[in-house]
Amino acid sequence: MKLQKRTVGLIIYFILLLLPIYWMLNMSLRTNSDILSMFTFYPHEPTIDNYIKIFTDKSWYSGYLNSLYYVSMNVAISLLTALPAAYAFSRYSFLGDKHLFFWLLTNRMAPPAVFLLPFFQLYSTFNLIDTHFAVALAHCLFNVPLAVWILEGFMSGVPREIDEMAYIDGYSFPRFFLTVFTPLIRTGIGVTAFFCFMFSWVELLLARTLTTTAAKPIAATMTRTVSASGLDWGLLAAAGILTIVPGALVIWFVRNHLAKGFALGRV
Amino acid sequence: MNKWEDNKAWFLVIPVFLIVAVSAIIPLMTVVNYSIQDIFGPDNRIFVGIEWYQEALSDHRLHAAFQRQLLFSGLVLLIEIPLGILIALTMPKRGWGASLSLVLVALPLLIPWNVIGTIWIIFMRPDIGLLGSAINGLGIPFDHTAASLDAWVTVMLMEVWHWTPLVVLMAYAGLQAIPEAYFQAARIDGASAWSVFRYIQLPKMRGVLTIAILLRFMDSFLIYAEPFVLTGGGPGNSTTFLSIYLVKQAVGQFDLGPASAFSIIYFLIVLLACWIFYQALLKVGTGDKQ
Repeated sequence: MKLQKRTVGLIIYFILLLLPIYWMLNMSLRTNSDILSMFTFYPHEPTIDNYIKIFTDKSWYSGYLNSLYYVSMNVAISLLTALPAAYAFSRYSFLGDKHLFFWLLTNRMAPPAVFLLPFFQLYSTFNLIDTHFAVALAHCLFNVPLAVWILEGFMSGVPREIDEMAYIDGYSFPRFFLTVFTPLIRTGIGVTAFFCFMFSWVELLLARTLTTTAAKPIAATMTRTVSASGLDWGLLAAAGILTIVPGALVIWFVRNHLAKGFALGRV
Repeated sequence: MNKWEDNKAWFLVIPVFLIVAVSAIIPLMTVVNYSIQDIFGPDNRIFVGIEWYQEALSDHRLHAAFQRQLLFSGLVLLIEIPLGILIALTMPKRGWGASLSLVLVALPLLIPWNVIGTIWIIFMRPDIGLLGSAINGLGIPFDHTAASLDAWVTVMLMEVWHWTPLVVLMAYAGLQAIPEAYFQAARIDGASAWSVFRYIQLPKMRGVLTIAILLRFMDSFLIYAEPFVLTGGGPGNSTTFLSIYLVKQAVGQFDLGPASAFSIIYFLIVLLACWIFYQALLKVGTGDKQ
């Protein structure tokens, strides 16, 4: 009985959570004049014109490809650099470790508006403007610290005896790290990968500032629909629905790592 | 936990340090540089010292925006953290239910922030939006573009809808990382659900919850795109949060010097608050272990 109450509560939460997304889906299947003229719970004459426009217009679909490209690059850089660093923070004490750890996070704390200009100047100096690498690198500013923090938390949850036993057994550090340690914290890696993906995927200000055409992200393409003649709600909603898809796939792939958790018995 | 003392661990941290420092230190120094000058053009600058800082600190509209921001972030933490933990505890732990819950819960996080604002404009409209017309249908007049309270309710609803999933995912991952043996031991001891939560789950979630609280605090304190798209800071100034005010000042009045000084003060406030949170959360953690 108690379990059922909990399940009912959870289902209500999910319904509330899905309502705005359903409304977006509803809008994406209707024409703009239809959306603005009447209220309806479901599209009476569903049309996929909005989606067809996005998939056939290069300025639309290249936005998705650009975003996917720099986001993947960013997730790879963030994880590869953060894994060893997080291990250092969780296992060793070294000169300045606590200050450095907190300093990392302070990089997420600056209000972006005024910082965009020096960012643009900095990346212009290195001739990186309008490249995917520029956005991937700029997003490291907030994703790498986050990755270090999350991974450090999970690594500290693994007893140090595991490291000690492995070193006594003659494992080298890289072999221990890759074959013993990394599988143990796969929950953490899954969560980290998802969050890096997510924050890089939805970030707009930096990505828009550092790109013009060749690496223009989808979120910036979408602001184009805000034009003099008002919004094209249907098109915007369809584009919004499509922005959810890649992330939903990512979480689908990492779900096993999230759901299985940390099986200490296996070591 | 005692740690090995070894300064060679720096070698593991160097890549992270370099990659962050490149994008962090130079822009920060540039903004500090702007903040102490009056800039008329690239070659026409006057050193003004701390004048812009004094001006910012005595700006009444900034004080008002700051109070609004504090209230907003406070409410965000009070609502989202307990709600997120509760949902994470309720979610199935394995099987298809767990997979489905994870995917569903993550959906709001994946929508670009400007789109979220747009979606909620439509969603809350009294004539063609689902929630807007539902509330008005109940006989309560509700219009977020006209009444301050309604605008606040709308922004809070959007914020809770958008960001509670972050707390849920963090807490859920923390719960999944607890070895099964802990729960078996608790079951043998006949521990109640509350004491399992209080003495096993909550302490074990400390790490992820610290990150969740800090993230939710700083991101809600810096919130810009969603309320800007949804309400534009209005009606009046009722939802003009600090970032919206900053952008109004920087872009609207084209004044880089004062806006930079404002940014630095803003940054220091977030930094100080996060440091206090962090120290407090570290202490809470050590209290549990005793």
